[in-house]
Formats: sequence, structure tokens, C-alpha cells
Amino acid sequence: MTAWEAVIGLETHVELSTKSKMFCSCPTDFGDEPNTACCPVCLALPGALPVPNEEAIAGIVKIGLALECDINESSLFYRKNYFYPDLPKNYQISQYTFPVCEHGTLDVDVNGEPTVVGITRVHMEEDTGKSSHIGDGGGRIHDARHTLLDFNRAGVPLVEVVTEPDIRSAEQARAYAAELQRIVLSLGVSDARLEAGSMRFDANVSVRPVGETKLGTRTETKNVNSLRSLQRAISFEIDRQIQVLEDGGSIVQETRHWNEDTGATTSMRVKEESEDYRYFQDPDLLPLEVTAAWQDEIRSTITALPAERRVAIIEQGVDRETAVILVDSDELSGLFAAALGDGVPARTVALWLTGDVVAYLRRNEVELSSTGLTSEHLAVLGRMVDSGDLSSSAAKEVLIAVLDGDGGPGEIADDRDLLQVSDTGAIEEAVDAVLADNADALERIRSGDMKPFGFLVGQVMRHMGGKADPSVVRSVLEEKTTDSR
Amino acid sequence: MSDLADLTITEAGKRLRSGDITSVDLLDAVTRRASVTESHLHAFLTLDGEGARASAERADADLAKGTDHGPLHGIPVALKDNMCTIGVETTASSKILKGWKPPYDGTAVARLKAAGAVITGKTNLDEFAMGSSTENSAFGETRNPWSTDHVPGGSSGGSAAAAAVGSAFGSFGSDTGGSVRQPAALCGVVGMKPTYGLVSRYGLIAFASSLDQIGPFSRSVEDSVALLGATAGWDRYDATSIKGPVPNFGGSLTTGVQGLKIGIVKELMGEGIDPQVLAATIAVADKLTDAGAHVVEISMPSTEYALSAYYLIAPAECSANLARFDGVRFGHRSTVEGTTEDMMAHSRAEGFGPEVVRRILLGTYALSAGYYDAFYGQAQKVRTLVRNDFTSAYAQVDVLISPTSPTTAFRIGERAVDPIAMYYSDVCTIPSNLSGDPAISVPIGLDDEGLPIGFQIMAPALGEEVMYQVAAAVERLVEFDQRPALATSEVAPV
Repeated sequence: MTAWEAVIGLETHVELSTKSKMFCSCPTDFGDEPNTACCPVCLALPGALPVPNEEAIAGIVKIGLALECDINESSLFYRKNYFYPDLPKNYQISQYTFPVCEHGTLDVDVNGEPTVVGITRVHMEEDTGKSSHIGDGGGRIHDARHTLLDFNRAGVPLVEVVTEPDIRSAEQARAYAAELQRIVLSLGVSDARLEAGSMRFDANVSVRPVGETKLGTRTETKNVNSLRSLQRAISFEIDRQIQVLEDGGSIVQETRHWNEDTGATTSMRVKEESEDYRYFQDPDLLPLEVTAAWQDEIRSTITALPAERRVAIIEQGVDRETAVILVDSDELSGLFAAALGDGVPARTVALWLTGDVVAYLRRNEVELSSTGLTSEHLAVLGRMVDSGDLSSSAAKEVLIAVLDGDGGPGEIADDRDLLQVSDTGAIEEAVDAVLADNADALERIRSGDMKPFGFLVGQVMRHMGGKADPSVVRSVLEEKTTDSR
Repeated sequence: MSDLADLTITEAGKRLRSGDITSVDLLDAVTRRASVTESHLHAFLTLDGEGARASAERADADLAKGTDHGPLHGIPVALKDNMCTIGVETTASSKILKGWKPPYDGTAVARLKAAGAVITGKTNLDEFAMGSSTENSAFGETRNPWSTDHVPGGSSGGSAAAAAVGSAFGSFGSDTGGSVRQPAALCGVVGMKPTYGLVSRYGLIAFASSLDQIGPFSRSVEDSVALLGATAGWDRYDATSIKGPVPNFGGSLTTGVQGLKIGIVKELMGEGIDPQVLAATIAVADKLTDAGAHVVEISMPSTEYALSAYYLIAPAECSANLARFDGVRFGHRSTVEGTTEDMMAHSRAEGFGPEVVRRILLGTYALSAGYYDAFYGQAQKVRTLVRNDFTSAYAQVDVLISPTSPTTAFRIGERAVDPIAMYYSDVCTIPSNLSGDPAISVPIGLDDEGLPIGFQIMAPALGEEVMYQVAAAVERLVEFDQRPALATSEVAPV
């Protein structure tokens, strides 16, 4: 039986959240009322001309720099020609040769296994309007009786990130997509909402026998609206293609549509001949200049990227998985960073935040901001555990009480009498008393039988009402039982 | 000449400021003139009597208050109907835009209004500016004021005829391959194409974006300077407009040509040029020599290929520029039953005339996969060669001269059946569009049939000042002061 390998490349469209559209001054934060954020330019009225939006250019350069791309100091806009009613000019201003960014990489990690995904290009274009096809065609234009059009979205800046066919599994594809989303969010250039379509993925999938170097025929899957459905769609497509090939069939190069409800991809249209977009350089636009000085200026506005921030947290002794969760939430990572300091155990605080706190919020369906938990609370609580004043289980109890709004950690621990005794004097007294009452056990230990040691620790703890620091008890007990040997 | 409609803009401006006449008087004069000439010429598609009167009254009121907006203050001018005018029908002479009223003014239009100009109406053109005779208008052709059996040239034939006959003091056209200069030559007026990027294209219905420029028609070189001055300068709405200060175009009008180096383009002085046009051109070159200029012959070998390159580049760009006319958002929408796609296809088929269809098809083909390199790619290389020819020519001379049009006005219908013969009308004007440099046509006389001959002066980019310097000298040397017989307000309408 043949072993198969999947080859996957992703094309990601990211709508930039600039103040105005790509080639006119219409706002991008339009409401639901159709056709209210339009002007002669984005409606392509006769005579209207495009003028590039600098904020959008800075946005794509940020993305390019974060993906370690080469930034072309001079890049070109092209016209991509095709007729569609929601494409006002019936051509899209896009890029072809000389995109703004080329030759980047993105590191992704699946279960601790790192992969480098090559970025072919990151280019600038404009979004289309939205069509609703009404008729018998199941929402498709060919059979529509009429079509409703909303041009609010037409001309919103759109960045397309194209990978090399470097991805080998649906899990990797998802990890890539998730990491790209994190980067875009961290750069603040897009709200990257998959469900709202401000970040959209098209997956190019092919399979080939392991060892084969030629690429198989690929399909392009569209309409994936979440990371989960991206992974599911790719998994389905890989399995489907393998099945077709194993049954002696061949793969048709086509666009396929992911159906969330059926969990399957279906053929959308066959690319009988590859579409001819008749690209040519847009004579309305001059070459786009991104000087080295401007690049530096843009670079200086980029704060630490998620990967760097994760490394910094891992260096504090936090495990990778916890670090990922922390960095994915600005709120959690903000609290974490602010709580760190002398005597604050980073790992413990990180686990509280990503474990107990997250679980608490979910259980009680509340926002972190409404709980009143502060970084100061976390720092105090961390120090109490670190110094042995509080047991780790008691600390969790205090943490929940703080989240409930019962007060500060010190106050709560005091009120609930949860503080541990680490005063050796008191513990020594208790040890002496217990040893005096348990001469047998002492004798057995001194003769080399360590079995009763645990029993004695328990006795001391009981004597202290459970508030002694067990590690101190053990060391005093050890001392006393060996001392007089 | 006692009729106000025959004054130059400069003369009219002087009399306005002296309080002798009003802007309303000027408007009445051109309106009266149009009422006589329009039935012969059909220069206008729309006459905006009401709007023009309001502007003229405003101009008079402003001047009475002491507010003077400059040389065009209160002057009635006409605009080619591919320049968007807010609320006033703008059709580009196409059925597909019949009835369309733009919701905005193009930048040149807005600047003219701000300069106090009175916009009287919209003039006829070849549909979407595609043609050299104004016969390709969906609304009927315009006729030449010197002989109504002849074409006025094109595509800005309506604006040229209006300026020639005095139904406007000046007018504007657009020049993609000679569409201002060639009709100016055929109608006996001054017509100029500015340096690419000097006048904003925002609001000009695009034909070929890398070539289109708005330019003025006038009855004097001085008036041309005033009309250009009101429209020139950087515009934030046109990414290809030139930043930086506007040159002093009219700074050397009276300087003369003493010591100037003038190149006469060898390739535009031979085969295909009408002998009378050739003789008139040489006579003017001789006068320039007599006036102290050094006139030398310059060879520009790529000129031979410029026409072919142009007829690939311009159609290629137009095939995309005209894609937006699909019946979806504005303009003609087909009532043929069918799908959305059918609606788009039928709207275009019903809305576009045959020359527009021909060029869209030609351009689509030139850009198609497998043909791009051989056609569009090759044409771009030729364009570079043409530019290089100009660069080396301007290293030797200050300006270049040639005929504007290989012939004087041809008869209506004569070339309509032969697209290639029609395309050849632009052979002298196209090179400056490909290079993006300024050029002007100045009338220098009439041929045996009494039809005007135009003389072209070309200058390097942003060389409008030296171009106008030579144009003004030619104007003085030839003293062309004939007017078409139709230029009177007293002929009874037919």
C-alpha cells in the first residue's frame, strides 16, 4: 500500500483596519446599512481615480517585516481584469510582479515539532463589494434572478499572504494560520476576525506518494471561516484525494467549497482553462516607493512579536503550552508581566492565570476586568507561597476568594487562618513533644527503619493544627532523629 | 469685428474690468452665436443656459464687490463632454452614459469654476474620445466651421468648432493621441496638450490613462496660457499628477526666437504629408530662421513605429478603463431578460458604438495570455524608444516642430469606413503623448480649399514656457487672422 504525503499551501486575505479605504477616503468601519460608505472612487464612477492610502502601505510593510520578508523599495500595482457585479471597476487593483514584500518565513510549532513555512509574497490589493444572488441557483450568480449589491466593503485594503507549498498536514496548516492571526493581531493592523471574514483562508491541497518530488494536481478550498474548519477542510480534502487516487481516479484541478454542516468539500467550478486575468501595470498609479528610511520608521513601531514574547516567558521557567495561552491573551500576559518581581514565582503565577483564573472566568461567565484581580494581588500571593507562608492548595483557595472580591490575599489568608507556621522554635517544641510520646517510633528510626518517619510528620502536623510548613517539619524531624544517634 | 463673441479672452477680460461690459453680456454674445451656428455645426451636446447665467451673474456680482478670480473671471468656456460636471449630463458621446449626471466635478472643472469661468455647456466628441473626426458620436457628428462638408477633426471636435466659431471664448478637450491638437489644426484655432501630469485627470472619463491629458482650445496663444494656468497644478485626487510649483507658462510670450535652437522632425516631413501642409510648414520654419532661430533637421527614427505602438497601448488601457460600464451602478442597463451576467453583457453590447467595441476587442487581445509579449509588451518597448528619441533630440534643440496633421480637414464619411486611414490622422501628434511631453498646434494659414493648416511645436517635459514662446512668435510671424464665414451672429439658422 502506498504511503501518501500531503502538500499544502495557504493564501490568506487580511483586511486592514485602516481609517480609510485603500484608494479613497471612505471609512472602513461602516455599519450594516448597505451602500453608505461609498464615493465616486470606490463605486468606480466614470472619471474617478485611485490614490494609495499610506496607512495601508505601512500596514502591509509591518506584516512583511514580521514575516521576515524582503521589502521592495519600489513595487508595482497591476490591474487584474475580470467581470463580476460586485467588482466596481471590473478589475481589481492588485500586485503581480514586484509585490511590496517577498521571500519571508514563519516558524510554526506542532506538538513541539518546529516547521519553517516559506512566505512567497505578501501583496497589497483592494476588497470587493458583497453580492447576494437571489434565485434558483443556490446563491450562485449563473442562475440568479437578481443580485443585491453592497459596496461598503469595496476598496477596503486587503493584504494577501501566500505561502510556499511547505505545509505537510492539516495540523500544521492550522498552526500556521493561528500564528499568522496572532502576528496580525499583535501588529494591530487588522481585527483578523475569521467569522466576520476580515481574515480568510484559501487552502491549496495536493497529495503525492511519499518520496515523490513532483507535485500532485491541487485543489483550492474556499469558505473556511474558523481555524477548526480550516483543519477539518484540509483533513477532508487530503483523505478525499487519497481515496480518489487509490481507487484509480485522478484529481481534477478545481475550486472546492467547504461545507461546515456536512463536513465535506464540494466542487465549485472546474478551472477548465486557467483564467486569464490579463494583468497589466495600472497606469493610474505610479510605482509605490517604500524607502529604507520609511521601512526603518515602520520597523520601530513594531513591538515584540508573539514568538519573542513566548520565548521571554519560557525563559522565566514557564512551559511552552502555558506561555502560548498567556501570549494569546493581552489581559493575561499583561497581568503576568506586571506581577513579576523579586520573590514572585513566575511559573506558579503563570499556571494560576492560565489554569485557575481562566477556569474561574469560564465557570462564572465573567470578564477578568470585572473581578478586580490585580497584578499586585498575584505578586503578593506568589511571594506568600514562595516564602512558605501559604501552602499551594491554600493559595488557590485565596486566589478564588480574591476573584470573588473578598479582599486582598493577606487579609483573606489571615481571616481564614490559612497561614503556615515556619517558625522553627514552635515546630521544634512540637517535634519534641511528639517524639516524647512516640518512643517506639523513634527507636525504630534510630535502628534504621524509616517507616514510621511519615507517621511522625503527620503527628507533628496534627499537633500544629495543620498550619506548619511540612518541609520545615520534615527537616526538624530529620535533625532530631539523627542528632542523638 | 464688433461682436463681443469674437473677442479674445484677454480682450474680453480687459473690457470686463473696465466696467464697459458684463459677464452676462459675454454669455449673451456666445449664446446668440451658438443659436446661429449650432444648427450647422452641432458642436454642443448640452447647453446649460440656466447654470451659465447664474455663474455669469455671480461673476459680475463678485467683480462689482472687487473680488477678481483672475484671467478667466466671467469668461464663458465650453467643456468636452467627457469631463465630469456635477449635476450636468456627461455622456462621453456614448449611448451607455446617456442621461448620466455626475455627482461630482472633475478637478479641472472645479478649478475653472473657482477661477470664475462660466461653463456654458458640454461639447461633442468621438465616443469615449476614440476617433479623429467626431463622427463616432452616438449623438451625431460635429461639422467643420470652415466647411460643413468636412469634419472638425477629433476627438475633441465639438470644443474645437466652438472656439473657432465663437460659441465659446475658449474650450477644453482631452488629448490622448492628438485629440486636442488635430481638431485645433483642422478648425484653425490654438490647441495644446500639457505635460502628462500637469493637469489632473480626476473627473476626466478615462480613455487611455497613461496618455490622456486635458488641454485648452483658444483663438490666441495668450488665451491658451490663461486657460492652462487655471487648470494646471498638483491634485491630491490624481496619483499621476506632478508635485511642485507650476511653471510660469506665459513668461516668454514676447521674447521671440532669437538664438533658439529649433528641430524640424525629418520623419514627419515626408511621405504621407499633404504637399500644401508641407509647404506651409517649411514656410513657417523659414520665417523662424529669419527671426533669428537656428532651425535644424532632427531625425527621430522610432516615430515610424509610434502609431502602431499607440494603437496597442491605448486600446489595452481602454479595455480595462471601459470595463466599469456594465449597467450595474450607472448608465444604460439592458432590459433583455436573463441573468445578472446576461444583463452586463447586453448592456455593453447595446451601449457601445462600433469603434469603441473595436478598440476594446483589440486591447483585450493585446493583453491576453500568450499575446501580451508580442503586442502590449512590444508596444511598451517602442514607447521607450520614442521617449529616447525625444531625449536625444532635446539634448540638441530647445523645441521640435512639425505639421500637426498630415492633411487639412477631410470630408465627412471619407475615412469613416477605413479605420487605418483614420488612425493615420494622428501620426504627427501621437509621439508627444507616448513621451508625455507638451505640444501645441497653432494655425498658420489656409489651403486651396480654404481649410486651416496647423503647425505643431513640441517641447520637453514641463517646457510649456519655451513652447508658448515659440507659439507666440509663430502667431506674430504668420498673422493668421481669418475667421470662418460661419463666425457671425447674423446668419439665419437653416
